[in-house]
Amino acid sequence: MEEKTIIIDKRDNVATAMKDLQSGEVISIGGNDIVLLDNIPVYHKFAVRDIQEGGDVVKYGEVIGKAVRNIKAGEYVHVHNIVSQRGK
Amino acid sequence: MRFMGFKRSDGSVGIRNKVLILPTVVCSSETARLISMQVEGTTTFNMQQGCGQIGRDAERTMNILVGLGKNPNVFGVVVVGLGCETAQPHIIADRIRESGKPVEVVVIQEEGGTAKAAAKGVEYARCMVEDMSEEVRTECDVSELIVAVECGGSDPTSGLAANPALGYASDPIIKEGGTIILSETTEFIGAEHILMRRAKDKAVADRIYEIVKNIEDEVKSTGADLRGANPSPGNIAGGLSTIEEKSLGCIHKGGTTPVMEVVEYGKKPTEKGLVIMDSPGFDVDSVVGMVAGGAQVCVFTTGRGTPVGNSIVPVIKVTGNPMTYRKMEDNIDINAGTILEGKNTLEDVGREIFNEILSVSNGRMTKAESFGFSEFGIWRCGITI
Repeated sequence: MEEKTIIIDKRDNVATAMKDLQSGEVISIGGNDIVLLDNIPVYHKFAVRDIQEGGDVVKYGEVIGKAVRNIKAGEYVHVHNIVSQRGK
Repeated sequence: MRFMGFKRSDGSVGIRNKVLILPTVVCSSETARLISMQVEGTTTFNMQQGCGQIGRDAERTMNILVGLGKNPNVFGVVVVGLGCETAQPHIIADRIRESGKPVEVVVIQEEGGTAKAAAKGVEYARCMVEDMSEEVRTECDVSELIVAVECGGSDPTSGLAANPALGYASDPIIKEGGTIILSETTEFIGAEHILMRRAKDKAVADRIYEIVKNIEDEVKSTGADLRGANPSPGNIAGGLSTIEEKSLGCIHKGGTTPVMEVVEYGKKPTEKGLVIMDSPGFDVDSVVGMVAGGAQVCVFTTGRGTPVGNSIVPVIKVTGNPMTYRKMEDNIDINAGTILEGKNTLEDVGREIFNEILSVSNGRMTKAESFGFSEFGIWRCGITI
C-alpha cells in the first residue's frame, strides 16, 4: 500500500508527505500519533518532534539546516522556519 | 558485458557517429548552424563565448571546445571560426587532430564572408559524412563507457527515488569496469563529508573538500547568498528547503563505490570507476563539461521536469515524480515515480536505467535526441572584457 509519509533515517526529525495532507490529520509515526498543524503539500516536510529555535533539522540522518524559531511536531517545515548553514 | 559501438582510431569507443560543426566563437555560431542544416549526419550547438575572455577562463573555453571535438561520439570535425577571436580556430583544430580523427577548418574572415565560408564548410562536411557512413558498429565492452550522471530541476523525489535508483545503475556500470562522472560541486555542499569518507585516499578526500570550499568561498566573495539560486525557486516550490537537503539527495546518483579521482571541469578522467568532476550545479554547463571530458552518454534525473539534451551525447531523462512523468512524458524516458507509488523498488528502476544505458549505447534514441535538442553552456571562471 502507498504510504502517506516517509522518514528516511531514524535520526530524522522531519518526515516527507507522499500526498497532500490536511491540517488536523493524524499521522502515525513509530507508534506516535502526530496531529498536523498545517496543510503539507505533497513531497514537502513536517516536524515529527518539537525542534527548538537554533536546533538542527535532520533528514537523511544528516543536518539540512537550523530552525529559525521553535517548531512544533506536526508543523510545516520549509524556508519560512529553517535556514541553510552554508553558502552565505 | 558487451554492446555495439564505434571503435575510433585513438582507441576510444563512440555510441553515436556524428560530424561536429564546431563554432569557436559566438560570431561564427550562426554560420556553423547554416552548414549543419545543409548536411545530414552533422550536429552543432549555439556557442556563446570564445572571445572577450582572459586567462584561465579563455583557456577553459579552448579546452572545452577541444574536448567536445575529441569526444568519441564525434567521427570528424569542421571547425568554423570567425578569425579574430580569442579561441583561435587553427589551434583548436590542431589539438583535436591529435585524436587522429578528420578535422577541417573554415574561417569566415579568411574565406570572405558567410556565403563562401558556408559553401566550403558544407563541402567539407559532405565529404566527411560520406566517409563516416562506412563506419559500422562492432562489439565493445561496457568498460569503455564513461557515463555522465546529472540532475536538474530537482525536487524531493529526486533524492528519494530518481537519484538513488540511478545509483543502483551506476554501481553495476562500475562493476563492469566502466566509469561514472558525478558532477555539480555546488550540490556537494552539506554532503561533502560523505563523499570524502568514500575517497580512495587522503589526496582525493582533500581535493573534494577543496573544490567545495572554493565554490562556497566564491559565493561568499560576491556578497550574495546561495539561496534563490540553489535551491532555485522551482526546487523550493517542489519542497526542497536548503542546499544541504538538495545535496544529500544529489550525491546518490554516483552509487556507493569509492571516489577514485577528482578532475577539473571539462577534463578527461584518467581513472575508471567513480570520478568527480568539479563543475557548477547549473545542469547545462555541467553536462557540457562531462561531454568535453569524454562521456558518451548522460543519465539526467529531474523532479520538476526538463527537456535538456546535448548535441553530442544522448541524454536519458529519469524522474522520481510520478506526476511529472504523466505531465511531461514526451521529455522523460524513465518513470522512477513508480518507486514512491510503491509499485517498484529502487533496485527494479536501477536495473531499468542500466538496461536503458545499454540500449541507448546500442543506438536507441532518447526523447531529447528525437527532438534534436542541443542546449549548450560553458562554466565561466573569469570576466568578460
